[in-house]
Amino acid sequence: MAARTQRIDRLAELTAARREEAEGRGVWREAFARMSRNPMAITGAAVVALFIVVAVLGDLIAPYGPTEQNWGDEVFPNRNVFVGPRAENWLGLDNLGRDQFSRMVIGARQTLMVGVVAAGLGFTAGALLGGVSGAAYALGGTAGRRVDAVLMRVVDMMLALPSLLLAVSIAALLGQGLVTVMIAVGTAQVPIFARLLRGAMIAQGSRDYVIAARALGARRRRIALVHILPNSMGPILVQLTLSLATAIIDAAALSYLGLGNPDPSVPEWGTMLADAQRFLSGAPQLAVYPALAIIVTALGFTLMGEALRESLDPRLRK
Amino acid sequence: MPAGPLLAVHDLAVTFTQRRRRDVRAVDGISFSLGEGSVVGLVGESGCGKSVTSLALMGLLPPRGVRVSGRALFRPGGGDAEVDLLSLPTRRMRDLRGSELAMVFQDPLSSLNPVVPIGRQVTEILVRHRGIKGAAARSAAAELLERVGIPDPGRRLSEYPHELSGGMRQRALIAMAVACRPRLMIADEPTTALDVTIQAQILELLKELVTEEGTALLMITHDLGVVAGLCDEINVLYAGRVVEGAPRHDLFAAPTHPYTSGLLGSIPRLNASPDDPLTPIRGTVNDAIDWADGCAFAPRCDNYAEDCLGGPPHMRAERTGHRFRCVHPVRGRAPESTAPESTAPDGGDR
Repeated sequence: MAARTQRIDRLAELTAARREEAEGRGVWREAFARMSRNPMAITGAAVVALFIVVAVLGDLIAPYGPTEQNWGDEVFPNRNVFVGPRAENWLGLDNLGRDQFSRMVIGARQTLMVGVVAAGLGFTAGALLGGVSGAAYALGGTAGRRVDAVLMRVVDMMLALPSLLLAVSIAALLGQGLVTVMIAVGTAQVPIFARLLRGAMIAQGSRDYVIAARALGARRRRIALVHILPNSMGPILVQLTLSLATAIIDAAALSYLGLGNPDPSVPEWGTMLADAQRFLSGAPQLAVYPALAIIVTALGFTLMGEALRESLDPRLRK
Repeated sequence: MPAGPLLAVHDLAVTFTQRRRRDVRAVDGISFSLGEGSVVGLVGESGCGKSVTSLALMGLLPPRGVRVSGRALFRPGGGDAEVDLLSLPTRRMRDLRGSELAMVFQDPLSSLNPVVPIGRQVTEILVRHRGIKGAAARSAAAELLERVGIPDPGRRLSEYPHELSGGMRQRALIAMAVACRPRLMIADEPTTALDVTIQAQILELLKELVTEEGTALLMITHDLGVVAGLCDEINVLYAGRVVEGAPRHDLFAAPTHPYTSGLLGSIPRLNASPDDPLTPIRGTVNDAIDWADGCAFAPRCDNYAEDCLGGPPHMRAERTGHRFRCVHPVRGRAPESTAPESTAPDGGDR
């Protein structure tokens, strides 16, 4: 009896799958459906969601203000006296007697902002560069290839510099500050997006439907924007999620190096890590918390991006 | 009526060049012409230059690594003024494409943009060439889809290519091709990707459109059965050259070039006895020799003789409009009744 029910359930499942297939879902919807069955993707998405909620609602979650030195008389870094986790301070106190948990929560906002703006900046500039380059190569004939060659050499130069070094020099050039960090981290992302989009557009440029559109007399700008570009977005959208992880790490690294936001009243994970360094022997937990937060957040974005890439890649479909 | 054909191709040659590689001459001096409203077939096996010819005429060959020579005189609008499609500036060529010249491709799925709904793809050409926009363009597109036999066109407009069947997709492509009532339509193996029943429907549709609109059709195919029911005139291609050209009836009744006769001999016939073997043409296209040295078909030919290698054979024309390029043509009225020494019906290497 049980076997029979099972068989029927399986049958219903199969017919439903067939029906969904027949209805013809879009590539993205299908990818999403596949992702929702992937435990890696769910883990990643959960981490990312938690991170975003904490970053956005930080003020409501944090029990104390990030700069309130309520317990200044309990912590004496000089005498190696620190306060670890306890009922009123879940993660203990930092070296100035501030609530570590509240600072972590508020710090998430800075990290998210820098990450999102930097990755968005890199995405936009990279897509612009790569889009122009790819369209010129695919549709522009001999002159187009020259345009592409020039643009790509610029990108190559950006790619030749290690991204952190590039970010450091930009930060040095523009001075310390949040905007600097965003620009620096974003710039480091540009060549990746440019290369990816250009490659995808060139690949699409020789596809049959592009030739067919040309056979109908379509103008080049239209072919590039309506036909080639939408079909080339997959790889860079995946890269965007992966870039968020890199941007968060890069931003933390810049703050750690002291090139981040100079305002000490605004906690940031990278800055907290740098501050904790001095008390590593007495209070290693002060370094562990922000480090763990950075790792887990970056991992969440990476897992999500990786799963997205997998679900879009027909060769990796199971 | 103005004199002269709608399209006259003279000595079209296309060579692909690559660094450190030998040049490949895909099309080696093709000449043919196409009258207003007529249907002409270009027939040949894979690699004989059919598709390259069509792309060259449309100006769709890649800009680099390709050398095109010859002339393709076309009369836009059917007027007296002639333009050479092979040397026209890109901008003017782009204006002609879609409005005066149209093309239907082999694979209807890959010829449609997968992420753009059918409706937008059809209206695209209306916006581009006829300046119709918005709701007017949408209803014009629906009309076009209805015209090519797509049921419920209003709903189809918002669907994506993968939601349509193969035949439906080819119909949509044909709708796009005929949207501006072109003078000349090039169909490059339009039925190859479709199954036999749909093939017949698509051919029927093409025939109907061509007759009604007076569009000239250049039909490119490897299938003699397709041209038999459709074309007024047929050109048979081999290794980049026309080896035989004739009005349909002449060609089927009296194939003169051994290649044509071989092609006809290799078609399965319903009324043949089941024991009769098919007579294939031996060898493959790769066995061709250079036209400069002699007849490229010589290595596969049953009529081969020494003098076949005395330079490129000339095109000989008969008064009926039948022309062929052969030193030792098949003489006879039908492949079955040819003289024994000129063809070997069972001589294929089976």
